[in-house]
Amino acid sequence: MMFRLEKRPSPSRLWAAATPVLAVVATMIAGGVMFWLLGKDPFEAIRIIFWDPLFHETFGPYSRPQLLVKAGPLILIAIGLSLGFRAGIWNIGAEGQYIMGAIIGAGLGLAFYPTESRLIFPLMVLAGAFGGWLWAMIPALLRVRFGTNEILVSLMLVYVAEAFLASVSQGLLRNPDGMGFPGSRNFKDYPAAHNGEILAGTGMHWGVAAALVAVIFAHVLLSRHMLGFQVRLSGEAPRAARFAGVRPARLVLFCLGMSGALAGMAGLFEVSGPAGQISIDFNSGYGFTAIIVAFLGRLNPLGILLAGLLMALTYIGGELASLMLGIPAAAIQLFQGMLLFFLLAMDIFTNFRIRLKKPEAA
Amino acid sequence: MDLTSINPVLLVASLMVAATPILLAAIGELVVERAGVLNLGVEGMMITGAVVGFAIGVNTGSPALGFVAAAAGGAALSLLFGLLTQYLLSNQVATGLALTLFGLGLSSLIGKPYEGIKSPTLQKLDLGPLGDLPIVGPILFGHDPMVYVSLLMVLGVWWGLKHTRAGLILRAVGENHDAAHALGYKVVRVRMAAIAFGGASAGLGGAYISLVRVPQWVEGLTAGAGWIALAIVVFASWRPWRALLGAYLFGGVTVLQLNLQAAGLAIPVEYLSMSPYVVTILVLVLISARGRHGAPGSLGRIFHSTG
Repeated sequence: MMFRLEKRPSPSRLWAAATPVLAVVATMIAGGVMFWLLGKDPFEAIRIIFWDPLFHETFGPYSRPQLLVKAGPLILIAIGLSLGFRAGIWNIGAEGQYIMGAIIGAGLGLAFYPTESRLIFPLMVLAGAFGGWLWAMIPALLRVRFGTNEILVSLMLVYVAEAFLASVSQGLLRNPDGMGFPGSRNFKDYPAAHNGEILAGTGMHWGVAAALVAVIFAHVLLSRHMLGFQVRLSGEAPRAARFAGVRPARLVLFCLGMSGALAGMAGLFEVSGPAGQISIDFNSGYGFTAIIVAFLGRLNPLGILLAGLLMALTYIGGELASLMLGIPAAAIQLFQGMLLFFLLAMDIFTNFRIRLKKPEAA
Repeated sequence: MDLTSINPVLLVASLMVAATPILLAAIGELVVERAGVLNLGVEGMMITGAVVGFAIGVNTGSPALGFVAAAAGGAALSLLFGLLTQYLLSNQVATGLALTLFGLGLSSLIGKPYEGIKSPTLQKLDLGPLGDLPIVGPILFGHDPMVYVSLLMVLGVWWGLKHTRAGLILRAVGENHDAAHALGYKVVRVRMAAIAFGGASAGLGGAYISLVRVPQWVEGLTAGAGWIALAIVVFASWRPWRALLGAYLFGGVTVLQLNLQAAGLAIPVEYLSMSPYVVTILVLVLISARGRHGAPGSLGRIFHSTG
């Protein structure tokens, strides 16, 4: 080997900020090659994905609001996940918490149908957060009480939540006036429970507002609050954390509970707004994509804000690309996966110095 | 409901088929984890193996070639994980998740043209009069070759880990990579080999679903089988024979719930279909409640030699 890796005393802040940008560039190049292999013009494809959704004359006005609609849930979920990831607590079942939050929150709203009251929507949001929190408490309590691996339990619960969703959308929450079709009442027809746009034509709904609040909240928590310090300490130096009196059980309950509640809220905002109703497939994998968003944003609240917007752009751009060039939707999923790979690979520059190996003395 | 329609002999025979994909993936991951590496990308490698095996099986008309290609595909993907975690020293949990997300995207991209096609499937091994024996015939001698391959792999891994020098080195690397390095063993090389073996096994497991068990390609075909394989490695306390037990137990739950669905049990289908996942959680809890048994000492830790 010609090179030698030398561990940096502390991660380089410059590289930590530069790697996401480099990873995006590398993904564009590798993605371009992939589009070329699919028989498409790579430059056109990249332009359609990253530029046209925002600036195209005809598509722009339609796509721009979608940016916030898609980024809202991604940011909200990723903020919650990042707290746990920082402390070495791996909640990868956000998709399940998102579904359960949506079911419980929407269920509460539907129970009040057709009452009109200003209180209904806030109550639904609380119920959504509660549903996600409850679902996340299962892996949290099992880990605290029995030391069960939270990665596997939280993931298994996604499949359980999906089966539950299929059940309620055909049974308990099915629209009684829907002539037997699966799926609940549409919240668009129930103003008190509808999560509409706050500013018409911007895509800004209450979920986006909540995401922005979550970003600020997480930033303050991590930089100014004792609990945030403990989260960071546990991830960076677990032994020191124990000596400093951090109670690991409390931290597990906090991190999983927080990420569950945020994911549940995201689910409720989605189902009562953009998706409109509980249906078998209203969830679109935001819970998993949010994992990429959290890492791409360097587990940093402000970074996650930017990463969420970028990832939302690839969703919208991907839809546009499949419309205009016939690029399959799966190619975009692959594109997002590649981004995470490149990011993790380039992290070596953040944590290590690369030195030329000096010739060994004979 | 008619429970008499469930034939216990056929139930056991079909649980072996249901368990085989998970067993293949689990035995591969077991070797990876015994070498001290936690690869959470099993699901991604499985589904890639499933689609690659299916595509090659359909195009060549030979399921055997499909399995070979699936193993190669799974191994190739796993080496990507190896490159990142072993040479670029990335976090294993994050990289494994990335591998799964990547594999899911890759498989649905490759699989699009193959949706709704039937593949050639493996013929059952003809063992002559043995297969006609009552009870033991269908259970022991009435399967396709891959069922026996999976059992041989369990035997091979058990033997290899316990009785060979290579197995000893692999375990040393997994228990304490610094000590193994000091003794002059090539930690990274051993781990790369283990990772590739794990990837190939996961690929085989995936192809078994798409070529034998279902046999069709649909998006998201593996439906968490890779994650269940990971859970089975924990259940098995990192021991090969217990992985066999765990996989067959899981296969039993899956087949039983399918049979109960068919028999028209008064429980809604959705609740029956969540049962394998719930059982997996319960088993994980039971195992962890007894304490941390047999996890390799260096599992999931990054190895960086300063020398």
